[in-house]
Amino acid sequence: MPGLGTSFGRGGATTYVQDLQNADCILIEGSNFAECHPVAFRFVMKAKERGAKIIHVDPRFTRTSAVADIYAPIRSGTDIVFLGALISWMIEKERYFKEYVTAFTNAAYLVSEAFGDTEDLDGLFSGFNDVSGTYDTGSWHFEMEEVPRSDGNGTCSQPKRDETLQHPRCVINVVRRHFSRYTPELVEDVCGTPREAFLEIANALADNSGRERTTAFAYAVGWTQHTIGVQYIRTAAILQMLLGNMGRPGGGIMALRGHANIQGATDIPTLYDLLPGYLPMPSTLREEQTLEGYLHHAAKPTGWWTNTPKYIVSLLKAYYGEAATPENDFAFEYLPHISGDHSTLPTQIAMKDGAVKGYFVIGQNPAASGLNAELARAAMERLEWMVVVDAYETETAAFWRREGANPSEIGTELFFLPSAVVLEKEGSMVNTNRMLQWHDKAIEPAGQARSDLYLFHQLGLRLKALYADSTDPKDRGIHALTWEYTSDDPHERSLGEPSALKVLQEINGYVVVPGKPRDECPQVAGFADLKADGSTACGAWIYSGVAPDKTTNRARNRKGDEIASLDWGFAWPANRRMLYNRASADPDGKPWSERKKYLWWNEEAGKWDGPDVPDFPVNKAPHTAAKAGASGLDAHSGSDPFIMQADGRAHLFVTGALKDGPLPTHYEPLESVVRNPVYKQQSSPTLREWDRDDNPYNAPESPDYPYVLTTYRLTEHSGIMTRYVPWLAELQPALFAEIDPELAVEKHVRNGDWVTISTKLGEIEARALVSGRMRPLRLGKGRRLHQIGIPYNYGSLGHATGDAVGDLVALAMDPNVSIHEAKTISCTIRAGRRDTFGRSAADRDVPADQRTIQGESHPHGRDGGAA
Amino acid sequence: MATKPTIDLTSVLANAVRGLRLSERVGALPNVASKRTRALKGRVKGAKAVVSLCPYCAVGCSTLAYVSDEGKLLDVEGNPDSPVSGGHLCPKGSAIFGMTVNEARWTTAKYRAPFATEWEEKPLDWVLDRIAERFKKTREETFVRNLPNGKRVNHTLGIASLGGATFGIEENYLLQKLMKTCGVVSVENQARI
Ligand code: SF4
Repeated sequence: MPGLGTSFGRGGATTYVQDLQNADCILIEGSNFAECHPVAFRFVMKAKERGAKIIHVDPRFTRTSAVADIYAPIRSGTDIVFLGALISWMIEKERYFKEYVTAFTNAAYLVSEAFGDTEDLDGLFSGFNDVSGTYDTGSWHFEMEEVPRSDGNGTCSQPKRDETLQHPRCVINVVRRHFSRYTPELVEDVCGTPREAFLEIANALADNSGRERTTAFAYAVGWTQHTIGVQYIRTAAILQMLLGNMGRPGGGIMALRGHANIQGATDIPTLYDLLPGYLPMPSTLREEQTLEGYLHHAAKPTGWWTNTPKYIVSLLKAYYGEAATPENDFAFEYLPHISGDHSTLPTQIAMKDGAVKGYFVIGQNPAASGLNAELARAAMERLEWMVVVDAYETETAAFWRREGANPSEIGTELFFLPSAVVLEKEGSMVNTNRMLQWHDKAIEPAGQARSDLYLFHQLGLRLKALYADSTDPKDRGIHALTWEYTSDDPHERSLGEPSALKVLQEINGYVVVPGKPRDECPQVAGFADLKADGSTACGAWIYSGVAPDKTTNRARNRKGDEIASLDWGFAWPANRRMLYNRASADPDGKPWSERKKYLWWNEEAGKWDGPDVPDFPVNKAPHTAAKAGASGLDAHSGSDPFIMQADGRAHLFVTGALKDGPLPTHYEPLESVVRNPVYKQQSSPTLREWDRDDNPYNAPESPDYPYVLTTYRLTEHSGIMTRYVPWLAELQPALFAEIDPELAVEKHVRNGDWVTISTKLGEIEARALVSGRMRPLRLGKGRRLHQIGIPYNYGSLGHATGDAVGDLVALAMDPNVSIHEAKTISCTIRAGRRDTFGRSAADRDVPADQRTIQGESHPHGRDGGAA
Repeated sequence: MATKPTIDLTSVLANAVRGLRLSERVGALPNVASKRTRALKGRVKGAKAVVSLCPYCAVGCSTLAYVSDEGKLLDVEGNPDSPVSGGHLCPKGSAIFGMTVNEARWTTAKYRAPFATEWEEKPLDWVLDRIAERFKKTREETFVRNLPNGKRVNHTLGIASLGGATFGIEENYLLQKLMKTCGVVSVENQARI
């Protein structure tokens, strides 16, 4: 999550869900909190009971809106205008928390004269290269000055500052100018949000921030799944910095993540460009052929990332054991390099073009929930082999006998591995607020089903055996791979199940005792114990401390309390629940107010006190001076709370780390129905697109596709894991499309009728849900705009079925994290059913859920237990 | 023959609660219950309660899985001890039982040969062996040691993996450790941001 990472230092929710109840105001935007994270929403309701103001900004009126104090409609895809206008309003009206901003952010730094803003360059920042469609970020920098080093050895350079915030090029004034045209009037014209609602929200946020009060923000995929998604989050981050709500109780930014372990799968990344603990993958795009070269980029001279050498060397020791030695660069060469963007969407295109031969799909279902799902399915036909690991037959496993396909022409060799479900295995998952929770095994797996741990471990054992005799240098990593996780439990051992606890212990890290087997090496107590000389091993430094000795598993701690619940689960890093909590005290170390007390400097004891683990060196006094030219945290003062950042501060202006700009800028979605009213530049200049026959886009402002389609998820469904469950299928049996009554009249559609929704890419059919929850928006120049909402949970299999919305959405992505655009596309709608895949008119009357798949009739149709 | 005295239930009840205030009358008498009802016990009474987690969303609600002595799953409920969920579950979490014990589940390993029109059931070991062989063959065919510019990459773009957000961190750890060591770099899940 670089939106949060570049702003504050870490890519994770900055607070914990229970703390929402301490907020005086909660802004929920980009999330239907009540329906998508229902149980966490109880803390929002607790806050409301205590008098907090709840604000919901969303294209749809949902159950979240129903209990909010203020609901404001917004055109999907325009949140940067809305939030940017709030930023502008706070600065112009001087309603921001000045002391906090001056002390804890980079507001006072002077931006380099070479920097050109979008205001001056009509929607582009300086450094844009028309041909490559990328930025040279060289000019997005601060004006530097030479200052004497604290140790007296010459000088070092640091950003020039104007603490009075008067200089026209100091960050706060650059931000002010950048957003100066983002006014309440613009919000009304672009977002369709009434001015009164905007002003009410602006006042509520300002009234509920400052010394005495705090406001929390909550967002979910409504903000992330856009071609400028990272910048949405940056806008929220800037606003929360200005309001002084970061690191304080009842404040922060709650990133509401989707799947159960999506945070864990980012921390220990099944992601192409990262290694565990947010270490970058080695890349041929940089000079990283040696460990030294890698560290040149991955380690930073100041701030926390000074420690990178310890983390990467310990990781290599965890992977390759004795084979990783100082002499061979700790086997750095065994790691592959990336040479471009190998993320999901480019990989899918490469697969369709025949470049990918083998594919593992584990607990995911691109054939139903992927974007341009038909491209994903067609790509699977070009594979030589594919492995599907799941508990149910998914549309992915069934792609070869989908509607319109001919199995005897599809040469893909297919394997299905039945996976155990959560109750059938033990292990841990990381929730939305970075908390590891261990689950015990309740029952034996059904049939032949096995844990994913077993399946991956077995595959590793088999590959080791197949490569045992190889002398090819490329296979040395496979030989060296440490793969010993034998369970201590006789029953599990007899099943060949590896021990999840032993894996967790390796993740935590241990001291390498020369000549001793792994089982006799002691655990490290936390990441502070890790070394860069090969004497420690650690699989993911950020989780270090979770298993500090052989008998302790803190993910399995189960004693909650009324505050931070430090003994329930384990939160990374070092069990800190609220990140940047040093900022809950003023620069002198005193709480900003008694009411918002969280962490404070205890002068007598010489340490930070409070109900949480300090996210700060525990004995570092508030008045400790920064040492110019020093390394690590010595370069920070005792009042620099953002320890991961090189300068210890929150970044209003981000230099160079993002590929699409140091400040958020409004661009229209790729398929917008509106011309960008803010700049000449219509859509993000750096977004990646694949304009080809199998991935066509609707042209911007196309009269053929005049409506905005926005997707969302239902409380009752996640995907394949709910669509087969009779109870849930009964609650939400089939796909529907939510349309406003005015549009329904225009299209001659009644509630419950079939409608067909189409884009240039494809069409799907759904039952119409005509409801006042969708409201036409009034934009500038008197334009009336209809939005259509459609849930993104369905597919052709299971008891609850429906067309895959992914068949409407072409692939496009943002340049920072390769996130796709699924929240805002353009479409058209007509009454009646679809007519694709060459189905005859007669067939059209067969309900979607009773159709058969090619090859055989589906064995688990409607007759299951659903009725 | 003495006649059996008839009991006037109404007056008995009336006498029993006479003199009590309304609030004291509530529960003053035992509920009427048949023998059969009295013999009933709660479905999960005496069953082992195993602490687990909801696998659906990232709130991370804690659950209690009730398991009989025979190892059979009886029910899944919210865990009141959790500071996050306090015993609550949403509709998805409440349906974990139905997701676990479900006749539509596929619990055997399967194989579909190229161009075949049906799945075949195969032993798990056979399938795993075959996957490993295919993996090795593709890796051998597509492994790139150096790019044309001479830079070492040690990777293969011929194999890709998708998944991670729905299973545990230990599982993610083994998956990415194995894949990346084999040179597979397109290891992805949907946590892109
Ligand atoms: S019970 Fe509902 S809210 Fe709780 S983790 Fe499961 S899906 Fe999320």
